[in-house]
Amino acid sequence: MFRWLIGTFALSMVVTGALAADPVEVHIGYLGHAGIKSTLSLVEQPADNDGIAGARLAIEDNNTTGKFLNQRFVLDEIKVKDSDDVAKVATDLAGRNDYIITDLPADALLKVADALRDHGTVLLNVGAIDDRLREQDCRANVIHVAPTRSMLADALGQYLVWKQWKRWLLVTGSHDQDKLYADALRRAATRFGAKIVQERTFEDTGGARRTDSGVTLIQRQMPVFTQQAPAYDVLVAADESEVFANYLPYRTWDPRPVAGSAGLVPTSWDATHDQWGAVQIQNRFVKLNMRRMTALDMQAWTAARMIGEATSRTNSGDPRKVIAFLKSKDFSIAAFKGTRLTLRDWNLQLRQPILLADGRMVVSVSPQEGFLHQVSELDTLGVDRPETKCKLQ
Amino acid sequence: MWRRCLLTGMLVWLAATPASAFVAYVSNEKGNTVTVIDTTSWTVTKTIKVGQRPRGIEFSRDGKFVMVAVGDDDTIQVIDTKTQEIVDTLPSGPDPEFFTQDAAGKTMYVANENDNTVTVIDLEKRARLGDIQVGVEPEGMTISPDGKILINTSETTNMAHFIDTTTRQIVANVLVDSRPRFAQFKRDGSELWVSSEIGGTVSIIDPVKREVTGKITFEIPGLRNEAIQPVGIGMTKDGKTAFVALGPANRVAVVDGATHKVLKYLLVGQRVWHMDFTPDEKYLMVTNGVSNDVSVIDIAAQKVIKTIQVGELPWGITIAQP
Repeated sequence: MFRWLIGTFALSMVVTGALAADPVEVHIGYLGHAGIKSTLSLVEQPADNDGIAGARLAIEDNNTTGKFLNQRFVLDEIKVKDSDDVAKVATDLAGRNDYIITDLPADALLKVADALRDHGTVLLNVGAIDDRLREQDCRANVIHVAPTRSMLADALGQYLVWKQWKRWLLVTGSHDQDKLYADALRRAATRFGAKIVQERTFEDTGGARRTDSGVTLIQRQMPVFTQQAPAYDVLVAADESEVFANYLPYRTWDPRPVAGSAGLVPTSWDATHDQWGAVQIQNRFVKLNMRRMTALDMQAWTAARMIGEATSRTNSGDPRKVIAFLKSKDFSIAAFKGTRLTLRDWNLQLRQPILLADGRMVVSVSPQEGFLHQVSELDTLGVDRPETKCKLQ
Repeated sequence: MWRRCLLTGMLVWLAATPASAFVAYVSNEKGNTVTVIDTTSWTVTKTIKVGQRPRGIEFSRDGKFVMVAVGDDDTIQVIDTKTQEIVDTLPSGPDPEFFTQDAAGKTMYVANENDNTVTVIDLEKRARLGDIQVGVEPEGMTISPDGKILINTSETTNMAHFIDTTTRQIVANVLVDSRPRFAQFKRDGSELWVSSEIGGTVSIIDPVKREVTGKITFEIPGLRNEAIQPVGIGMTKDGKTAFVALGPANRVAVVDGATHKVLKYLLVGQRVWHMDFTPDEKYLMVTNGVSNDVSVIDIAAQKVIKTIQVGELPWGITIAQP
């Protein structure tokens, strides 16, 4: 505390008198992957700059603050293709930047983390939600800004249980990540007292997502696929691969709501979120990027703001100091979620409330009232300290 | 001490207003209304329809008007306190949220959330005099008792900006905890208090050295730390007692103005936000956003004595002679 006071003291002196000196430059890399996944809904098709656009806004915000502290933030953007040597690209990028925001699949992220292990560069994962990156495959040089699958599943599970929709029909896609999401949903059901009355698998048999007369076919398929289910309250779909979930609402055999990958979706951000001052960032984002803000944009904004925040708090261009502060107990970040976000010290995962949105409105925000925790209610979402498999190294 | 306070209060009250009544104006952020409350009977006497998203609200210095920032209409509306009707608008910048006036009531300073500026308005000419560039999401506004320094807090930059009111230049920036919402000087100018909603603290700033010299933290047994979100601050004129609204903690903290120790927590309504004293300092009224009401705190007894239902999402409050 006392040290902090001295820090503030030094800071306020610098703030008032340092404008003449050269600004401290903070270089942040952004390592994304080329190629955009195809979604069932046209309006959910990600923009080419999905994620990067959020980082750009945070750089603007950091620079507005930075002009009072004589700090300047610069973003260095690169996209890798599947055929590229991602470790090599990352090493080059790390030569120019002290921090790298990554939007990469889990395996690529691990390659990069291991390649940069002795480099001193910190990675901020905004794209991969895999729990294993925070558990058995955790790395000391990776901070996770994206929520995990289990955090998302728990956020949804808490709400469904609060709503007394405790009988779930779980429909899972046939791809690996769909199965991982289903695992997280099963775990949530067990934790919060819901019952999965039956499970079904929706096989991806290939085929185009856009066809001129697709609706007619889907309207026949979906009721048949969901018929003869035992009594259930809500259909929970695990379809990260975007094969079927968005076809389910209004088409189930029984009139039941849909949640998970369609209907009521747990997410770190939604373009309709307007609480806790969020309108301000939504407006700034639209003004800068001429489109609405996605979850990936928000995760990237938060990552770049975390660096900005730690840089202003330490008033330092020394990445070692900034990183030490990021990982310290004193660090927290405001991100329009009604509460401060902090890092779980055992695996460097950012604690955060999760929104439940239906594409038009934010329906609720988890953790739900009544889900208590001795440290932070945010730790009722995802894998908690006593269960973790992570040994940071 | 309380007795003397009470006595003084009583004398002031007797001298100034034989009829005893004050009038409170409450801005209802979601209801797009302003509720008028009579402080003798503690009843709602009128509900005035205003523009969209009314938040910052304050009496003009002469008491003839109440000004309310209607953010989503990008303006500040002026209510005549005699007719209790809107009679004029002021040219604020986009999305005005909060404002303050100089002691003479001639100049108004408005925090415009959407474009990182503070707008300066000549209240007599109803004209915009200029803008001052500040940090991201300007919010809290106050003027030093000597009128020389304007304070603006910026929510995402996390600073209290010190602005020279003559040159309209920023002369210092003091970093505080996350999401600074409200700033208040002690009447003698010796301290500046800044609340940080997400940081969960009130920073005490030395206005001469322009540095943080202390911090008030809050702990409420049985309540998670993250729910404690300080917003509005009220301080008695003698600087001896301060009240801090703790947002979703649903409590107002009573703080010793000299030692900065928290003396007591008063349970009020849900998401307590801003506050104002009756001019005799006998009562403090606080707005409770989520429960749509206003709690009345008896200052001498340090007790909540009344709850008054107002419009949807009450935000700001201002009290003066009718």
